[in-house]
Amino acid sequence: MSALQIEGLSKSFGGLRVTANVSLVVELGERRLIIGPNGAGKTTLFNLITGELAPDSGRIALLGHDITHTASRRRAHLGMARTYQIITLFPRDTILRNITLALLGLSPLRWNAFADLSAQRGLAEQAHAALVRVGLDHIAGRPLAQTSYGERRRVEIAMALAQNPKVLLLDEPFAGLSVDERRDVRKLLLAIPREVTVVMIEHNMDVALDLADRITLLHFGEVIVEGTRAEVVANPRTREVYLGA
Amino acid sequence: MLLATLPMWVGNSYYINIASQILIWAVLALALNVLVGYAGLTSLGHAGLFAMGGYTAAMLLANGHNHFIADLVALAVTLATAGIFAVLALRATGIGFLMITLAIGQILWGIAYRWASLTNGDNGINVSTRPEPFGLSLSSAPSFYYATLVVFLVAVATMAVFVRSPFGASLTGTRDQARRMTALGYNVWLIRFLAILFSGFWSGVAGLLFIYYNQFISPQVVALTTSAEALLMVISGGSGTLLGPIVGAAIVVIMKNVVSAYIERWNLVLGVIFILIISFMPEGLVPGSVRLWRAASQALRGRVAVPAAARQEEPR
Repeated sequence: MSALQIEGLSKSFGGLRVTANVSLVVELGERRLIIGPNGAGKTTLFNLITGELAPDSGRIALLGHDITHTASRRRAHLGMARTYQIITLFPRDTILRNITLALLGLSPLRWNAFADLSAQRGLAEQAHAALVRVGLDHIAGRPLAQTSYGERRRVEIAMALAQNPKVLLLDEPFAGLSVDERRDVRKLLLAIPREVTVVMIEHNMDVALDLADRITLLHFGEVIVEGTRAEVVANPRTREVYLGA
Repeated sequence: MLLATLPMWVGNSYYINIASQILIWAVLALALNVLVGYAGLTSLGHAGLFAMGGYTAAMLLANGHNHFIADLVALAVTLATAGIFAVLALRATGIGFLMITLAIGQILWGIAYRWASLTNGDNGINVSTRPEPFGLSLSSAPSFYYATLVVFLVAVATMAVFVRSPFGASLTGTRDQARRMTALGYNVWLIRFLAILFSGFWSGVAGLLFIYYNQFISPQVVALTTSAEALLMVISGGSGTLLGPIVGAAIVVIMKNVVSAYIERWNLVLGVIFILIISFMPEGLVPGSVRLWRAASQALRGRVAVPAAARQEEPR
């Protein structure tokens, strides 16, 4: 059983083929890096995997279950979590409340209209634990509007981690970060246990290279090269796509 | 709240009746606020749900059914209408949602106005008696006021619990970041659907209070003006707060009844008040006043005690 198995996945917007017959298999516990220049279809691929977009053709299986036609919200319950390249958080709430919403999403408690949310000790403890993992617990009560961009990036990751996913999809977790902030995020990603399969998109190859076991290179929606880190770096097609040579 | 139980000291039944009206409209405004303030869905069709409760009960009463049956059926019909309303309107959010609710409201108005064999058209329906819960007569102004107050307090308590609940958090989540909510495992559509049912239920309750207060209902109640007025109550008082819609209802009702006694063009006064509120407190009267009060007290404290430069940022 693989963590993620994609077969012949295609998606077009009008005449533009954004995902063209993509097949890839990510094994349990693997760190997979998906790279490609701007417009290669990386985020679209993520949106297909998470169900935000419906594919034109192809199949997607999560941990051996076919999820091609499974609703996006059900995929979260099956163990899939994602982060967004463009920060997608709850701007009016505190950091803690953002994480609490992530936890609540998988709990039957989310339908309860009678309980007092602030009195749910278990949830609060889990949320704090998730914030400790990303080093934000000291500002848990701060409204999101008063946090820095780097902190929001980490809240993005904390929200996904709080759900204890089996497969974690990270969409450019380093985007827009300073050198110091990148180092923090890198440490954070390296600390994710191997029970979690991680698929990460990165536009800039150098940033995330050493985090990956295997690398998939996308170009114009197609898989151009796939292999281990050394194989992909050494491949002349990679050079061609990235250096335009 | 204690003060609210004591307006009997006012003595004059005219003012007691105005207090009853404020409470009735406050229940409708609170119901609408669930959608406008907490779900981020602005409805211009709530007069339809309000009147659905009122009309159903009025028709059943006119046909000789007792109050208990009439009210129960009225609430069930309002809930069913809210369900249909939700299924249609939730095909869109934002301005699309607004337009669909507006259209539904207008359809219901058309039925009330034109389907005369059912609704008695422009002549409306008389409600000859008020209910007598536990054998208490509600015919006098104070007794009806108390009955309304009880319903109002139940509505406020329900809303207060709802807003603090996990489901309330789910609802505000769908308002602020629906896309993320789906990815986190929430059923955004169903959350919004249930919120509309909840809002519809209390709109229906307000409609029942309304017909018992006026002992009459006519198509005027279903008109767009009613929906717009309710929306103005929510927005001027402060959407997304518990107190805001209540304050908004008080402003509108007092303008309508008290100011209109002195100034013929009371609508003009109301309009000016709304413009002032929106200009100086775009978030609404209640949150706006809190903000101004904080700023003012901080400025005062700063001047008296510490120089502004040395002042620390107020802890949140």
